[in-house]
Amino acid sequence: MKRRSLVPYLLILPAFAYLLFFVGYPLVQALYLAFTQNGALSLEVWRRTFSDYYFWSAFKYTILLAGIIVPTQVALAVVLALLMNRVFKGKDAALYALIIPLTISDVAAGLIWYSMLSPYGFINKLLMNLGLISQPIYVFGYEYRMREFFAIVIAELWRSTAIVFVIILAGLQMISKEYIEAAEVFGASYWTRLRRIVLPLLKPSIQSALIIRTLFAMQIFGIVWILAGRDIPVLAGEGYYQLTEIKDAGVASVYALVIAGLSILLGALYIKFLRAEYLEVGE
Amino acid sequence: MNDETKYALKKVGFYTAVFTAAVWIVIPIIISFLYAFTSKADYYDPTKIIPTSFTSEYVHTILFTLGAWDGIKNSVIVAVLTIIISFILGVPAGYSIAKYMFPGKDHIKLSIVALRMFPIPVMAIPLLVLYIDLHLADTLLGVALAHTAMALPFVVLITSSIFAGVSKEYEEAAMVFGLTRFGSFRKITLPLALPGLAAAAMFTFVMSWNEVFVASILTLNNRTLPAQILSIMAGSSGGAAPDYYKFAAAFIMTLPAMLFIFFARKYLVTMWGITLK
Repeated sequence: MKRRSLVPYLLILPAFAYLLFFVGYPLVQALYLAFTQNGALSLEVWRRTFSDYYFWSAFKYTILLAGIIVPTQVALAVVLALLMNRVFKGKDAALYALIIPLTISDVAAGLIWYSMLSPYGFINKLLMNLGLISQPIYVFGYEYRMREFFAIVIAELWRSTAIVFVIILAGLQMISKEYIEAAEVFGASYWTRLRRIVLPLLKPSIQSALIIRTLFAMQIFGIVWILAGRDIPVLAGEGYYQLTEIKDAGVASVYALVIAGLSILLGALYIKFLRAEYLEVGE
Repeated sequence: MNDETKYALKKVGFYTAVFTAAVWIVIPIIISFLYAFTSKADYYDPTKIIPTSFTSEYVHTILFTLGAWDGIKNSVIVAVLTIIISFILGVPAGYSIAKYMFPGKDHIKLSIVALRMFPIPVMAIPLLVLYIDLHLADTLLGVALAHTAMALPFVVLITSSIFAGVSKEYEEAAMVFGLTRFGSFRKITLPLALPGLAAAAMFTFVMSWNEVFVASILTLNNRTLPAQILSIMAGSSGGAAPDYYKFAAAFIMTLPAMLFIFFARKYLVTMWGITLK
């Protein structure tokens, strides 16, 4: 064993200091902007934010989108990972197809799905030529808000399920084959093995995927902005709008702080349930 | 039903499920690429699901008239700066976590993971105020500094697992033969870790290439590609550009990422498995 040395700390210090600055300074600045008015302590900015119709609407839609998208994609990803966690012909090609969305940005995914769902887009033309509909289904525009919402859900499921899939597939591959073989020897059916062995051992991966996706869902922005603009307000989009169009850095900071608050709350809730397992996983 | 048909049915069901999933991912990409080059007449012809006449006019307009080409150049500069800064800061930290035992290591690792979870809007909005004071607003360096904050935790974690994968014995052997710790790092560990580091760099590139919120907030004239596309396609007036321009934009944004995934696909699953645990 070596003597204690400062070297490892000195190697980490620059990265850590950089991160602390880029997290710490904006946080202090956001608190300052949100809680002061003309240099004096005040709740005026919060009052201004809360009295805006768009704030509550954005709050509602952000939670609603996360509440629909995240559980659906975790379920989808578990099924896909179970399918892909075996040997079959064409596995490499299928795996490649499934992870393509990992590198597609939310803006690009929004544009791609616009080309599928627009009035003269692929799906409308296909349905019309099959004789299932006589005129295009309009998805975009203020009067079709529910359809826009649905389009965002579809596009976001398409784009970001891949990340959850990869995390869960990596988790599946770490489960020792011996447990499953042992259960097989004792005559457990596929469903019993899945319910009693695979899913419990998969819990840490599922939980990490849940945390990551929920936190990112709180910041959903590009895909919404492309497909619905402010028809479907979301917290990050309103923060962006307030800062760039209204030039109100105070209200924008309130939006940022609300996102941070939601993230911390959800993160704490999840970590409460998974902390012990989480520390074990680190290599 | 006998066992044989049961087995065959199961097999058919399995392949149908896998095929459906793959098609669900791939079809929208193919369609948006096709439509990017579809002529206006074919696009507005309701009987043409698959277009037959093509033009590169819209891709060309997006690139050279509407400024996407400048956006691409800006995106590349920002991404390269992000890789350089985040690797200068992150590689030593990753090496330290991989090769040293020290008190508080787990806590430091955990706080780095926690910092990765920090919401981007909280960072970007107040940063603009600071950047105006520092004259960094609307500069590519400013965006790169913010993207570094986003990518750095990833770089630390991924490089630490890459370095941990390089066996200790090699380094110890090198040190026995008289190399210093830094010398053995340079001559032994670094070359062995290089492919993994290259994959991590590519991934950092894609992260920066795709990021839109920070870039949109911090720039006005020097926009990166996603920020530029966002402002063309969905200005506050809401989707002013004609449809075929949107498809052309989707094509321009997606192509580089697709090329990347083709070259780096070997590493992708393991890399995400490690970093997102």
